[in-house]
Amino acid sequence: MTRKQKRTLMLIGGLVFLGVATGLILYALRDTLVFFYTPSEMSEKLAEHEITPGARLRLGGLVEKGSVKLMDDGVIRFTITDTAKSVPVTFKGILPDLFREGQGVVAEGRLQSDGTFVADTVLAKHDEKYMPREVADALKKRGLWEHASKQQNAAPTAAAASGSY
Amino acid sequence: MIVELGHYALVLALAVSIYQTVVPIYGAHVGNPRLMELAAPAAGVQFLLISFSFAALIHAYVTSDFSVLNVWQNSHTAKPFIYKITGTWANHEGSMLLWVFVLSLFTLAVAAFSGNLPQSLKARVLGVQGAIASAFLFYIVAVSSPFVRIPEGRVPLEGQGMNPLLQDPALAAHPPMLYAGYVGFSVAFAFAIAALLEGKVDSAWGRWVRPWTLAAWTFLTAGIALGSFWAYYELGWGGWWFWDPVENASFMPWLAGTALLHSAIVVEKRNALKTWTVLLALVAFSFSLIGTFLVRSGVLSSVHAFATDPERGTFILAILALFIGGSLFLYATRAHVLKLEGSFEPISREGALVMNNVLLSAATAAVFIGTIYPLVYEAATGGGKITVGEPYFNMTFGALIFPLLILLPIGPLLAWKRGNLRMVLGRLKVAALLAALVALAVALALGAGVGAALGIAVGAWVFFGAWEEWAGRVMLFRAPMNVVMKRIRTMPGHLWAMTLAHAGVGLVVLGAIISTTWKGEVIMAMQPGQKVQIAGYEVVYKGMQQATGPNYLAERGTFEIFKDGRLIATDFSEKRTFLGRRGMPTTEVALLHRPLGDLYIAIGDKSPMGRTVRIYFEPMIYFLWLGALMMVFGGIIGLADRRFRVGIAERTESKVAAQAAE
Repeated sequence: MTRKQKRTLMLIGGLVFLGVATGLILYALRDTLVFFYTPSEMSEKLAEHEITPGARLRLGGLVEKGSVKLMDDGVIRFTITDTAKSVPVTFKGILPDLFREGQGVVAEGRLQSDGTFVADTVLAKHDEKYMPREVADALKKRGLWEHASKQQNAAPTAAAASGSY
Repeated sequence: MIVELGHYALVLALAVSIYQTVVPIYGAHVGNPRLMELAAPAAGVQFLLISFSFAALIHAYVTSDFSVLNVWQNSHTAKPFIYKITGTWANHEGSMLLWVFVLSLFTLAVAAFSGNLPQSLKARVLGVQGAIASAFLFYIVAVSSPFVRIPEGRVPLEGQGMNPLLQDPALAAHPPMLYAGYVGFSVAFAFAIAALLEGKVDSAWGRWVRPWTLAAWTFLTAGIALGSFWAYYELGWGGWWFWDPVENASFMPWLAGTALLHSAIVVEKRNALKTWTVLLALVAFSFSLIGTFLVRSGVLSSVHAFATDPERGTFILAILALFIGGSLFLYATRAHVLKLEGSFEPISREGALVMNNVLLSAATAAVFIGTIYPLVYEAATGGGKITVGEPYFNMTFGALIFPLLILLPIGPLLAWKRGNLRMVLGRLKVAALLAALVALAVALALGAGVGAALGIAVGAWVFFGAWEEWAGRVMLFRAPMNVVMKRIRTMPGHLWAMTLAHAGVGLVVLGAIISTTWKGEVIMAMQPGQKVQIAGYEVVYKGMQQATGPNYLAERGTFEIFKDGRLIATDFSEKRTFLGRRGMPTTEVALLHRPLGDLYIAIGDKSPMGRTVRIYFEPMIYFLWLGALMMVFGGIIGLADRRFRVGIAERTESKVAAQAAE
């Protein structure tokens, strides 16, 4: 083989590989994406037939106060709400440390045809500001957001901003 | 006063770094040796100034000076001393200061250990390092100063405390390690830019870049392993890798850096793959910058996103655009001046290293796309949210890394230029046989599916295959024992380095597959005295007590663990609530290390039926940490050996210089 032929061969091999890798990535992306919705968005998408029951998705919002119940079979029931709409959720397992009524949560699982959301993962993982970012953004959009740590920090931060150092 | 001096030193450091950028690079451009000489002293002064500034902040933390806003927000008088120190970098502002401190340390090291570099190259390398420092120092001084004071009269008596999850020994060492890795790639980056400016890359360039790349890679490997270890025992979910954006942020530079480590060998040994290696050096550091950006900007939500601020993100994004865009532009316009490379057959050591690079680059790209896709989607759809989860990463990364693992033992045995594949496969017969036996034994004993058995076979293949080169060198089983021992003692360090690092990869693969496939899990509500069986152990929950630590209150669950009816351990799992930041409990797991794996117990919340308890059995999980340790150890041995070889480079280089002078 001449140098030029070798070069061409390597180039073709490289392109084929690039094609295969791209195909793999696109296939995996299409198949494994999980969409995030708030309860209101979910009902909109259901109405528009963009999602059907059984689809895997993430549901985020606040855990409705007084809604958390432990059933005899170890299943936990609670309601995720964005104050406009609410969705009943069931989950079997241990809730994360930061799961609290009235605070933000993300549940991943499947929506059943009876409107119940069966979660297999419940995430309350977030920073010290107590709110998963998706939930915070969704709530901000609806004007319900109150920055918990802002009130806490308010006095000294404002003071620092006005004062010199 | 010290705080103000620290701030002042930082501003001075900014001025010095600008000087360090402009003067030597201009000097190299016009060929003025006196201007070029100024780079090294400037690097020294910059290091002193930044060290002083960093020390000033640590001092403020240690003395709990709550008149400093940053200290008040992140510290607490009751915090143990060690976390007062590490608290300095467990927040945004402090960690950026740590970043530039590590950068100045690397720059100083380059200035100190590169006396043998051609003067213009050294001046340009230090100049580029200065430019990176200028950008980050400007960022700190302009929008992210850790030295902001709270005015007198409003100074709080007590701080808000440090994020309790971060009060942990592994996580105390994690950021400095990780940053040393990120920032270490800046040296390869600076060498690449300097080479583009000089228009010259030769095997000497490869020889200079390799030790710096290896150092950065070793730190980054250690940093990632520590982070993963921490996530395993501190987050209380029993997992060690979540394909979380922040984890990916450190994994991408690692993948690109691993590729660079290998392609730089080809530059040094064969004077080939030069433009590609220069590009990889640019890419590896670009991913380090992206890593910093992803973690620090808050654009991606993450389990580990502790300090986030989108406004600063915009600033870091500008730095990112400047360095990545600028360097790629320079590459596009200047890469053609690097002379074309030597040729080789596809089946050769070079060919294998090219495959290594192709597969690692594709894997990096797959991780990158999965990490930023949610961002792109959100921007494109005006706020739509999606998650790219573990299935995506397992599918793409798995598919791309599988062929790499198959090739891993073969590559080092191939000859340069033209290799004999049949002969190499012949040498690897023993490794293949051992791998098949291990996979078969595990599959029969534990009942594995095809996928798991294949995974174990590949892991064992990498582990045993890695030793073939070593075994050939020491004439294992082919020479008398004393000869073998002598050969083991005199084997060059770089061969030990490669063998250990490659075998470490095999162990990590084995640990990952075994621990996920045969993980035992019991989640239930337990009453005191209740028993549960898992993986041949009997765990008895004894009940809860109150406990107090230096800066936290805890509920402590006691567990007795029995094996074959015999008590083997009593262990505790705690739920801790820290002072300062109320209501943020953390879980302290009970970890019992056994020969076949870890028994992992984490208590949850109270429930009407008792205390919820999570018990996992993580088989062979320590293979992961052992494998990572072997990789790091290999890196350290390689560095020790390389120092010796840098010495050789010095002589040949000075000879070249002498010839040039004649």
